[in-house]
Amino acid sequence: MITVEELSKRYGAHQSVDRVSFRAQPGSVTGFLGPNGAGKSTTMRMMTGLTPPSAGRSTILGVPYAKLPNPGRHVGVLLDASAQHSGRTGREVLRLGATVMGLRRQRVNEMLEIVGLSGDEGDRRVGNYSLGMRQRLGIAHALLGDPQVLILDEPANGLDPAGIHWMRGLLKSFADRGGTVLLSSHLLHEIEVVADHLVVIGRGAIVADGSKAELLNAAGTLVRGADPDALARCLDNAGYVYQIEPDGAYVVDATREQIATATARHGVVVTELRGADGAGLEDMFLQLTADDAREKVTA
Amino acid sequence: MSTATHQAPLHLDASPDPSVTPVPFTRLLRVELRKLVDTRAGFWLLTAIGLITVAVIVVFLFVADPDQLTFVNFVGATATPQSILLPVLGILAVTAEWSQRTGLVTFTLEPSRIRIAVAKLVAVTLVGLLAVVVALGIAALSNLAGMAFMDGAGSWNVGAANVRDFFAVQLIGIVQGFAFGMLLMNTAAAIVLYYVVPIAWTVLFSMVGALENAAPWLDVNTAMAPAFDQQTFRGGDWAHIAVAGTIWVVVPLALGLVRLLRREVKSA
Repeated sequence: MITVEELSKRYGAHQSVDRVSFRAQPGSVTGFLGPNGAGKSTTMRMMTGLTPPSAGRSTILGVPYAKLPNPGRHVGVLLDASAQHSGRTGREVLRLGATVMGLRRQRVNEMLEIVGLSGDEGDRRVGNYSLGMRQRLGIAHALLGDPQVLILDEPANGLDPAGIHWMRGLLKSFADRGGTVLLSSHLLHEIEVVADHLVVIGRGAIVADGSKAELLNAAGTLVRGADPDALARCLDNAGYVYQIEPDGAYVVDATREQIATATARHGVVVTELRGADGAGLEDMFLQLTADDAREKVTA
Repeated sequence: MSTATHQAPLHLDASPDPSVTPVPFTRLLRVELRKLVDTRAGFWLLTAIGLITVAVIVVFLFVADPDQLTFVNFVGATATPQSILLPVLGILAVTAEWSQRTGLVTFTLEPSRIRIAVAKLVAVTLVGLLAVVVALGIAALSNLAGMAFMDGAGSWNVGAANVRDFFAVQLIGIVQGFAFGMLLMNTAAAIVLYYVVPIAWTVLFSMVGALENAAPWLDVNTAMAPAFDQQTFRGGDWAHIAVAGTIWVVVPLALGLVRLLRREVKSA
């Protein structure tokens, strides 16, 4: 379990992280979502004791990070896969970690095997690794101490589609066995497949926090009719608020059942009826990014 | 790519596993020692120190007069290359954490930065001691070689004071490098300042006549010069070393520690 309470970081006049609070529960994957520069990495550095917070606190397994004895055995941390000495081999990086954590030597080989860096890939220098291989090494390093909690900053960056699929499976099974996973991303689609819970941050503050189902349902329902005008009249009659999509579908602020009832009553033919795919989250997300961009223009 | 070894259920407890104990200092030390030699930079630096020491000795063997070929002179010959290169090891031990950004991993596995700093300082000191011991061994072998092949005087006449000073000079150098590295947290800046500041300082003292008497008090190199001339320190020399050493080693070390404890560890 990870608990973050009112965590804040100010750099001079700039409030980088502003009273961020959330929880990541054991047995689930929590996605930490936000555009670049929203404060995700700063929050994660404060959680792991690398950046002193201006205010607030955070605990892992009920203890502040710096108070964890041998933290690598409790929390697997991957903040930047490229932050490794380019002159060391992948195996050597894991071996150093294993020595600090007091693990048996064999563990290094096991982890290289698990992340698919077995054989001579493990004996190549990290400087010659692709970003995807560095992410695999970073994930191996995070899992090395058999932790109960994982904190991963943009772990999917640079992974190929097969690698992303593999990582999702790995995180899911970690959570299924009771582990706590917090992973950040700036891409909604990357995270919505694997996360059970979403925490969305924009310009340093939390803008949404809830289960994936909750947040995605908030997006409304998509409905498409054989006769769009008749469908619009039907929705107007029923008193539902809706938006017209560029392709002629309507995103309605109502449940599927409500819409089906209304269209049945008016005899309107419906060709598609489903949840709106997190479009609401996506919109919120685009809004966050657009606000940042606008700010830069006026500044 | 299998997750087969990962199927055991994890603890669902809300508190950390009590059987896990803090990382003992010896393990931190072992890792920091290993980090000095497991990169190309570290490996070649140590190799270079060894090779240059041998090369200097060989040259000395051929150019010195036979009556100069004594143990104490061979020791003196090894001192110069070592005193130039060992401090770089001290610098790299700290700056690599920032230039290679490995600090992100180092300080998450051991959040106590002071423990990491002490482990690093002990590690570079141990390597410095080892380098001096090796140099003494090379000097002894050279002395034998001098007697056997070059008709050298071969005197073993060396006081405990000579050996002590030799150790002192090399250790002060390596700790000074470590302190500069910790204070500047940047390899290039630390190396440049480590070499340029003493030169500029020495030039300043030799140009301004009034400062000449102050030089041994304010300049580590001048303070330690007797070790290279007569090869033992006397009473007054220790006072010079204490004062100059405070200015150039202890103060940078203290400021560097404060900076390390406060600095934010970032990836970019």
